[in-house]
Amino acid sequence: MRMETDQLIRTLVADNAQRVLPVGIILLLALMAATPVSTAMLLLGLGVRPDVMLAMRNPFFDLKFVVTMALAISAATVSLHLSRPEASLQGWGWLLIAPIVVVSGGIVSEMMLPQRLPMLARLVGHNSLLCMSAIPVLSLPILAAAMIGLRHGAPARPAAAGAIAGLLSAGAAATLYASHCTDDSPLFVATWYTIAAGIVAGLGALIGKRVLRY
Amino acid sequence: MMRQAVAGDDETYHRLLRQVTPVLRAAARRGLARAGQPADQSEDIVQEILLAVHLKRHTWDVTAPFAPWLFAIARNKLIDALRRRGRRIFVNIDDFAETLADEPAAPKVSAAEVDAQLQTLPQRQRDVLQSIAVEASSIKQTAARFAMTEGAVRVALHRALSSLTAKLREQ
Repeated sequence: MRMETDQLIRTLVADNAQRVLPVGIILLLALMAATPVSTAMLLLGLGVRPDVMLAMRNPFFDLKFVVTMALAISAATVSLHLSRPEASLQGWGWLLIAPIVVVSGGIVSEMMLPQRLPMLARLVGHNSLLCMSAIPVLSLPILAAAMIGLRHGAPARPAAAGAIAGLLSAGAAATLYASHCTDDSPLFVATWYTIAAGIVAGLGALIGKRVLRY
Repeated sequence: MMRQAVAGDDETYHRLLRQVTPVLRAAARRGLARAGQPADQSEDIVQEILLAVHLKRHTWDVTAPFAPWLFAIARNKLIDALRRRGRRIFVNIDDFAETLADEPAAPKVSAAEVDAQLQTLPQRQRDVLQSIAVEASSIKQTAARFAMTEGAVRVALHRALSSLTAKLREQ
C-alpha cells in the first residue's frame, strides 16, 4: 500500500469530523479524577493532623495552603500554555514566581513576630524527611493525570512541559500534605516543600521527554 | 481559512491543506539539504507534518495567527525527522559492508517511511485507509463495502491516522 500526499490530504479531510476536546478540558477532567486518589492516599496513609481545627487559626498554617495552591494554579496555567506547539516559557514563566512571593512574604512576617523557637529549629522542623517523601508519592496520581491531559496537546518542549506538570502535581500534593504536616513555619515550607517540588519537577521532565512528544 | 476548517468546513480544510503543502515541501527540502541529506526524502516529512497538523488542530487557538502555529509544528517534525535520519545513518554503517555486495540500492519512492509504517497497521485500519485514501471512496461507500457502520469507519480511520503518527515518531 502506498499513499501519495494528495491522497493523505483527502484522508485527513475525511477525518475532519472527528473532534477532540480542547487540552484544557481533558487536563481538568484527568486532574479531577486523580485528586480523590491522592486524597485517599493521604487520609488512609497519613491522616490529617489531630489539632487541625486549632491549627486553622494559625495564619502560618493557612499560609501553607496559599503557597501550595499558588504553585499548583500557576503551574497548571503555564503547562496548559506550553501544550501549544508555538508556545515558549517567555512571558509566562514569571507566573511561577507567585508561590515564591507568597512564601517570602510569610518568611518576612514571621521574622517580625516574636518566636518561641530559634530560626534553625523552625527550618529543620519535625519531619522534613516525611515531607520530602510524602509530597512526591502523593503527587504521582496527579502527575500521571497531568501527563494524560498534556498528551492531547503538542508541546514544543516536552521536557519543559513535563517539568511544569511536575510542579503542578507537587503543588496539588503539597496542598494535601499541608493538612498533615505539623511544621507551619514558612522557613520550613520554603526549604522542604521546595525540595519535594524539585524532585517531582525532575521526574516530570524525565517522563515528559518521553511521553509528551507529538 | 483555518477557522472555517476547524469549524467543520471540509472543503475549506481541503483547500488549506493543499495550499500549505508546497510550502511545507520546500521547507523540508531546505532542511534536508542543510543536513546533507537527499532531498527526495522530503515527502515523508511533508506527510508527517500534515498528520501532526491534522491530529493537533485543536491546539490552534482560533484567535491566534495560523502561520506561527503551522511552522512550529513543521519545525518540530523536521527536526525530529533529521535527528532520526542522523541516527539511522550512523547505525547503518555497521552492516553496510555486508549488504553492499549483494543488495542493490532500494528504489526511491515518494514517502517510503510512511508506506513502510502503513504495512504494520492492523488489517481493518489498512482496509479503511486503502479505501478512503487510495480509492477515494467516501466514508459511506467504505462502510457499505466492509459491512461496517459509518461510525466504525470513522473510528477506524482516526485510529489508523493516530497510530500511523505514533509509529512514525517511534521508529
